[in-house]
Amino acid sequence: MNALIIARKEIHQAIRNRWVLASTLLLAGLALSLTFLGSAPTGTVGVRALDVVIVSLSSLTIFLIPLIALLISHDAIVGDMERGTMLLLLSYPVARWQVLLGKFIGHLSVLAFATCLGYGIAAAALIATGSRIGADSLAAFAAMIGSSVLLGAVFVAIGYLVSALVRDRGTAAGVCIGLWLLLVLIYDMALLGVLAVDQGRSISATAVDAMLLLNPTDVYRLFNLTGFANVSSFAGMAGLAQSTTLSAQVLLIALLMWTLVPLGLAAAAFSRREL
Amino acid sequence: MTQTVRISDVTKDYGRVKAVRNASFELAQGELVALIGHNGAGKTTLMKLMLGLIRPTSGWVEVLGDNPAAGEFAGRRQLGYLPENVSFDTALTGRETLAFYARLKRETVAGALKLLDAVGLGDASSRRVGTYSKGMRQRLGLAQALIGHPRVLLLDEPTTGLDPELRQTFYEIIQRLASEGTTVLLSSHALTELEERAGRVIIMNRGVKVADGSIERLRDIARLPTKIRLKIAGLAPAALPSWLPGDAACRRLNGHIVEIDAAPEQKIGLLHAATAAGTSVEDLDVIPPTLDELYAHFLRHAERTP
Repeated sequence: MNALIIARKEIHQAIRNRWVLASTLLLAGLALSLTFLGSAPTGTVGVRALDVVIVSLSSLTIFLIPLIALLISHDAIVGDMERGTMLLLLSYPVARWQVLLGKFIGHLSVLAFATCLGYGIAAAALIATGSRIGADSLAAFAAMIGSSVLLGAVFVAIGYLVSALVRDRGTAAGVCIGLWLLLVLIYDMALLGVLAVDQGRSISATAVDAMLLLNPTDVYRLFNLTGFANVSSFAGMAGLAQSTTLSAQVLLIALLMWTLVPLGLAAAAFSRREL
Repeated sequence: MTQTVRISDVTKDYGRVKAVRNASFELAQGELVALIGHNGAGKTTLMKLMLGLIRPTSGWVEVLGDNPAAGEFAGRRQLGYLPENVSFDTALTGRETLAFYARLKRETVAGALKLLDAVGLGDASSRRVGTYSKGMRQRLGLAQALIGHPRVLLLDEPTTGLDPELRQTFYEIIQRLASEGTTVLLSSHALTELEERAGRVIIMNRGVKVADGSIERLRDIARLPTKIRLKIAGLAPAALPSWLPGDAACRRLNGHIVEIDAAPEQKIGLLHAATAAGTSVEDLDVIPPTLDELYAHFLRHAERTP
């Protein structure tokens, strides 16, 4: 109940601050331009128009959603402490975990709204322009939206953990940018480099799976690009899809763990913090 | 009398800085207590300890039956707090802000909104808090502290930024609450204001409680002289009245006024002598030691006996 009161206030603030508007417009704009520019090579009559969109849109999501999520969340605890609003809030009859949970529900709602609407518009536009879309493509698209929201949840939780641990807002922003670079860019490049050098000699497929599970963006990529046969043929990941033993359920559970563990740690760090 | 706040032998260290050292006191229902001391004397730390925002290094704190350090917060529904530099989320309006805090305390929003009028924010209630002046934010802070008729009210420097008129209203409100049984603890630098209002004064110095009691009691302990000012007709410049005992400390002020520092046991005797037949006293003022002087006295005393 307390968490919901706080969530409601966070949503209210996000609407006031134009966060909802800005992130929805950004995601919708990019999704629409990818839909129409990205399908130029295959032509609009292609039956697989939506599958192409899924491939390009999920690649974009890996960059963008973590960035938006961290932008919203890195400030959540340390920022409120610096502004002094946390002092007053914690003098009210609320537990600290309720404050954190409330913020999480609020921030994730904003992100989910922007993602569903922004990406939904792209799918609607394809249908409206007369593309024929199969049921399996629609299912894959829905799964992509759902997993994008889940990826957002992961990075909101990671942002909270950083926010609960550091001393000031500047540090939180710096650490979050570092984490974003690491998880979105550097990790994959390093992994690719290692695999290229190794040439499959000493690193087993299981080890590769484990390393992929250690990065939530890779989990997301695997889920969307290999999870559906119709999509993976476009993504150039059919090879990987055959070699990996990770099922869609395992990948979803991995994303869920990537949300719950940082969130739990953030709650623990926050409740021990003095202000 | 029921105790609402208990502080027993509490010490709080921040690293090597001892913010509060072995402080003990209890606050009862209906008391209006002034907590005074320099910046860094431990006033804010004590309030934060009562709220569970920080945990004591040693000792025990109990507020409305809860141990705030253990994360118990049921009693906080009946607790109001105004932090020293209160701040709010700037995107929301005054009304929305107060409604949010009322919901957290499970109080009706309509009842809480009436408080906005009580603190004179009725007209500005639909403006964003970001546009408020310092004084208006302070009023909003006061309004949120008063939500739900609290049984304990902790006010950290409540009157800074308030104009004199609102100050008056503010003291009326908290005195009414105290008379209805609320424990009010307020810290302030404006000692003259507190003098007539606080039933009890706690003086802190460098984290140590150096004095605690009603203002009369503190005067008794401090044994500071009462100032007696006499306007005497026809007294030669630099001369002193003949009836004054030789050992009385006295001086002349602006020509025709004599000021005597009277020790507590001398006071009545001096007044008798001054008003006895035959003296030429035209006017007389008795000024007891002010809270300012008491405060300075206890601090000096504390510095001498570490």
